[in-house]
Parts: sequence; C-alpha cells; structure tokens
Amino acid sequence: MRDILDELDRWRGAGKRVALARVVDIEGSGPREAGAAMAVNEDGEVVGSVSGGCVEGAVVSEALAILNGETQPRVVTFGYSDDEAFAVGLTCGGIIHLFIQPLDW
Amino acid sequence: MSVYASLATSIRKNLPVALATIIDGPRTGASMLVRPYDDKDTPFTIDGSLGHPELDRVVARDVAGELEAGRTGVRHYGPEGQSTPEDLVDTATVKVFIESFSPPPCMWIFGAVDFTAALARVAKVLGYHVTVCDAREIFATRRRFPMADEVIVTWPTPMFTEHGSLLGPRDAVCILTHDPKFDVPAIVGALDTAVGYIGVMGSRKTHAKRLERLAEAGITEAADLERLMSPIGLDLGSRTPEETAISICAEIIARRTGRVAQSLRTTNGPIH
Repeated sequence: MRDILDELDRWRGAGKRVALARVVDIEGSGPREAGAAMAVNEDGEVVGSVSGGCVEGAVVSEALAILNGETQPRVVTFGYSDDEAFAVGLTCGGIIHLFIQPLDW
Repeated sequence: MSVYASLATSIRKNLPVALATIIDGPRTGASMLVRPYDDKDTPFTIDGSLGHPELDRVVARDVAGELEAGRTGVRHYGPEGQSTPEDLVDTATVKVFIESFSPPPCMWIFGAVDFTAALARVAKVLGYHVTVCDAREIFATRRRFPMADEVIVTWPTPMFTEHGSLLGPRDAVCILTHDPKFDVPAIVGALDTAVGYIGVMGSRKTHAKRLERLAEAGITEAADLERLMSPIGLDLGSRTPEETAISICAEIIARRTGRVAQSLRTTNGPIH
C-alpha cells in the first residue's frame, strides 16, 4: 500500500469515496505478493495493481459495485479454473484472492 | 485521526506497523492497527477495533509476532477471539488478513565513487533505504548522491560501532572502495553485524590481496570468509556502473531467494 499512499491521500482530501483491493492470498504462481494493493475512486480512477494486468479491469467493476452499494465488501477469487478465465483469469495459472472494501476507516 | 491516516503516517515514517482486517465473518471490513511498544507489560499498542475486545487482544498478540517476522497472511479465529482448534468447532470463523509494514531494508554503500551513484539508484528502485559512507569530505556530498537517503562522512569503524546493530538479515553492505585503508575496516565491521549480504568490489587479483590483508587483521575463519561476496555481483559481463549495479542487486536477490541465477528457460519448476 506504500506505493499508493500519495494518491489515496489526494482522493481522500478531495472527499472522493475510495475502494481498496488487496491481495490476501495466492495459490501457485502469482505475479504480486500478498499485500499488493490497488484503489479505485468513485470516478473510476485507478492507482496501483494487484496482478500483472490480468485482473485489474474486473477489480475496477467490483470496486465500483461496492462503492455504489450493489455488493458487500468481500473476498474475490481469480484463477485459471474460473468460468470467466478467458476474460479475467491469470495467464500464469495461479489463483489470487483479493479483499475489496470501501476505504472508510 | 482515522485508522488510515494513522497507518499512512507510520508507513511514511518507516515505523513498523501492521494492519489487521476482517475479510470474512461478522463485521467484515473492520480494521485495527498494531504497533510494537517497547515495554514488557505493554509489548504492543492497538488503534481501531475488530469489534470484540477479546478478539482484538488475541489478534493483536498474533499480529505483533507476524510483524516482527515481517509476514503478511490470513489467520482464522472465533468471533470472540477463540484460536485453538477445539474452541473453533461449531463456531463461525472470522478470517483476518494481517498485513505487516516493516521499515524498508537498508543498504550501506562504502566509497563515494561512480559505481556508488548507479548502485544507489538501482537500490532505491528496489525499495532500499540507501546510506552512502566515505571518509573523504569532498567526495561524500549530497550533490553527488542526491538519490541516496543519507550521505555520511565518516570512517567505517565508527559507522559500524554506532549503527551496526541496526543491520539485519534483510539488509546489505556494499563495499565499493578499492582502498585497503577503507575496505578492510568496512569488512571487519560488517562481519560483526547480522547483515544478510556483504559484497566487496574488486578484481580477482584485488580480492586475493584483500584476503591476505584480512588475514593480517585476524579474519581467517571460513564462516566469515564465506559471507563475503567478493568479487561483488553476478557474472553478467557488466561493464558500466549501471550494469554493475544491476549485477550487484541481482546477486542480492538471488542470495535472498537461494536461487542460482540462471535464465528461466534453462531451469524447471515454479518461477516464484
């Protein structure tokens, strides 16, 4: 999260609502370690990353759904075995578990 | 101050702090910070809450341990902090993600030379807190090393005597002087610390001569000499200071991971 603090401060200072996604667990090969973080603000702006670019698009949709109250904060799993593997899977064959929540604390 | 603001402050000041967040269970999203506190009766302090005092207490105890080891991961509890397998039978599980923010590792570079500037730059990319040290005032200046976090004009011996206890397994000491006056005391000082990587620059000839001088200084133990990465760096065929910096940093990574540093296409098995 260290790498996205400046942007988070800016967004919070501007009163933007922000969702934070963090890698909490990895099975097999994964491009980023647990703790890798990205954030999405209510305008859909993005900072940071949680994979090598494989799942970030899906994370933005999920983050916006949480900010809009359509989904509760939860662990989201992306992996090769997913039905949507072609769309949002990891090409490296690993599985990553992300926790996505509003940054309201 | 919000939990986030408090966390951001600690991270920016390079103070150790860990964030515990409930990622599954009642009160999903609740977050708490844990900081080590140097006192026998109060080994850590808590900021925020996971929603139950006993859960806070048990998680904080575990978080303090994870933080000390620099680990990040998920642990399971009962809603009131139950943690033994018997206690967890037939209860809902609370999954807590513990994220440790350890201060960045340190790299001390001895010798204010061109290779130092390149190495400091690459080390910064890797997240090191970089200190450049040289006894020569006209070379060891901030102007020459703006990328370093600190530039200190001193001799190796006082540097290690005063600050050597700060170095640990994640840290690195790179000795880039070719000057016996400087590199022998720097090696002696580094060997007396718990630093994880000690690299010493110089040709194979320089290295052989240096071993003689180290023997004169009393450094003859195989276990000590085994710690010295000398000549410094991986065999990449590097020539320029920048290429050499990459070869040094690549060696540091390979030593940490225990890999032999070959091209992935020549090896098998998991990449990470």
